[in-house]
Amino acid sequence: MINVALPKGRLGEKVYKMFANSGYECPSILENSRKLIFENEERGVSFFWVKPSDVSIYVERGAADIGVCGKDILLEYEPNVYEMLDLNMGKCRMAVAGKKGFHDSNVATLRVATKFANIAKKYYASKCRDIDIIKLNGSIELAPILDLSDVIVDIVETGTTLKENDLEVVETIVPISARLIVNKSSFKFKTEEIENIAKALKAQVEAND
Amino acid sequence: MNFEQCLKNEEKILFNLRYLYTKYGYLPFKMSKFEEYDFYARNKEFLVSDSVITFTDTHGKLLALKPDVTLSIIKNATEEKGAKNKVYYNENVYRVSGSTREYKEIMQAGLECIGDLDLYDMYEVVSLSAKSLALISKDYVLEISHMGILSALLDTVTTNSEFKSLVVDCVKKKSEHELRECCEKFGASKEATEMLTDLIKLYGTPSDVCDKLKKMKVSPEFDLATEELCQLCQLLESTEEYKSIRLDFSIVSDMNYYNGIVLAGYINGVCECVLFGGRYDKLVSKMGKNGGGVGFAIYTDLLASLNKDEKEYDVDVLLTYKPSTPVTKVQKTVEKIVAQGKTVSVQASIPKSLRYKELKEMED
Repeated sequence: MINVALPKGRLGEKVYKMFANSGYECPSILENSRKLIFENEERGVSFFWVKPSDVSIYVERGAADIGVCGKDILLEYEPNVYEMLDLNMGKCRMAVAGKKGFHDSNVATLRVATKFANIAKKYYASKCRDIDIIKLNGSIELAPILDLSDVIVDIVETGTTLKENDLEVVETIVPISARLIVNKSSFKFKTEEIENIAKALKAQVEAND
Repeated sequence: MNFEQCLKNEEKILFNLRYLYTKYGYLPFKMSKFEEYDFYARNKEFLVSDSVITFTDTHGKLLALKPDVTLSIIKNATEEKGAKNKVYYNENVYRVSGSTREYKEIMQAGLECIGDLDLYDMYEVVSLSAKSLALISKDYVLEISHMGILSALLDTVTTNSEFKSLVVDCVKKKSEHELRECCEKFGASKEATEMLTDLIKLYGTPSDVCDKLKKMKVSPEFDLATEELCQLCQLLESTEEYKSIRLDFSIVSDMNYYNGIVLAGYINGVCECVLFGGRYDKLVSKMGKNGGGVGFAIYTDLLASLNKDEKEYDVDVLLTYKPSTPVTKVQKTVEKIVAQGKTVSVQASIPKSLRYKELKEMED
């Protein structure tokens, strides 16, 4: 049995469809019920929904053999897992944004508000830029407007929220998409099953391209 | 209840490992809890985690609670032509533990072979690592890699250290898609890209992987490393453990320290690697010694989750007595119960949290 951790929300539903189209369906998952785990014994898979940022924890700790999560989570938490496939969905980018016309004159410590402290630290360290991280858990866009920070580091999908708040992307750090991650120990003992799932998903990714 | 039933699973494993290593002529190595911090600071990259617990001793010297045993073993190794220092250890080390990212006291068992090494020594250590895993569980996998293979391949592809380090990251994650992106970004040729992605996909039994490796035309250094790895696998073929051995090049260690075979052991049911080791001639030479070194460590703290045989009771008999009960009567009753091979807890009243199989209440 392969345990699959799926991220709750639209991305997770899309990913489940990919599994189903690859022959790993589990129709009960689409029913409106209070069940937490959905199993298809015949196909040897069991799915469960978890908070997107928790997927990597479930996989790293072996509660799930495989899972799907965004590259942003992998960069931020650096879990010790295999990252076997880019599912090419949930595409967006990790970017630095600031008030329209913002210019970093590099004379003072840059105040950076973000949910992704690790990504921000590493990015600015690579540029030898001295920064002050302000860790927020939501409404990041408010920070530069209220002068809590000079810039923000956050996920940008369409840029509409930024535009509506007079903010703009200053630079892109890295493109983001959903990845198939695998627990290292599970891979050793369920190699064939995991490789078959990865192959089936890869075929779909290539067909969608 | 017998002596063995009294031991925890990890304790039984430690005794079995000690017996195994002693049979092969490895001597026990005992070290102090502290070393000078400077000793670890000089070899920081070799340590699993660079977080070391430090404190100042009574003379103002900065000491560290030992995060590793190998470094101390190398420091104490004697040099003698043709001879090897063969030692094993069970030591507590203090470092940030895998997924918890918190400081932990970890009981680590392992062995090291340092000196004038040859193929037999490599075989002995690798075979003992497989035997160690087999003692822990029948359902295990020992993965072997050779640092020389990846390093020779990287040397033929590029001289750019940033590119090399990104490739190593992709190989560790078995991330073919990122490797391709990375090759494209650094302008690697199609042929080089295919060779690197082939290496990521190479995983399997030694015979399958060795056949494929021998067909790859990379460089004389690549062939040399392949030859060494395949020779070792051939020697292992006759052992019972061979069926659990796989070759996998995603096990990569710091190239500044490790130079040959690298080992990683997994037990079904444990989510992390429980055994890690390899050949570290570069570290031996950095510490000013001649010859080479090879060894492995087993993280016994990870084994606590295995074979958890939760007992239904804390004791077989709960024996209660009254203030008026003569002590000699209690004494005799206890000895009688113990002589029957049962465990007994003597109490004046029934403790709320104690789980017992049988209650014996003593009268006056």
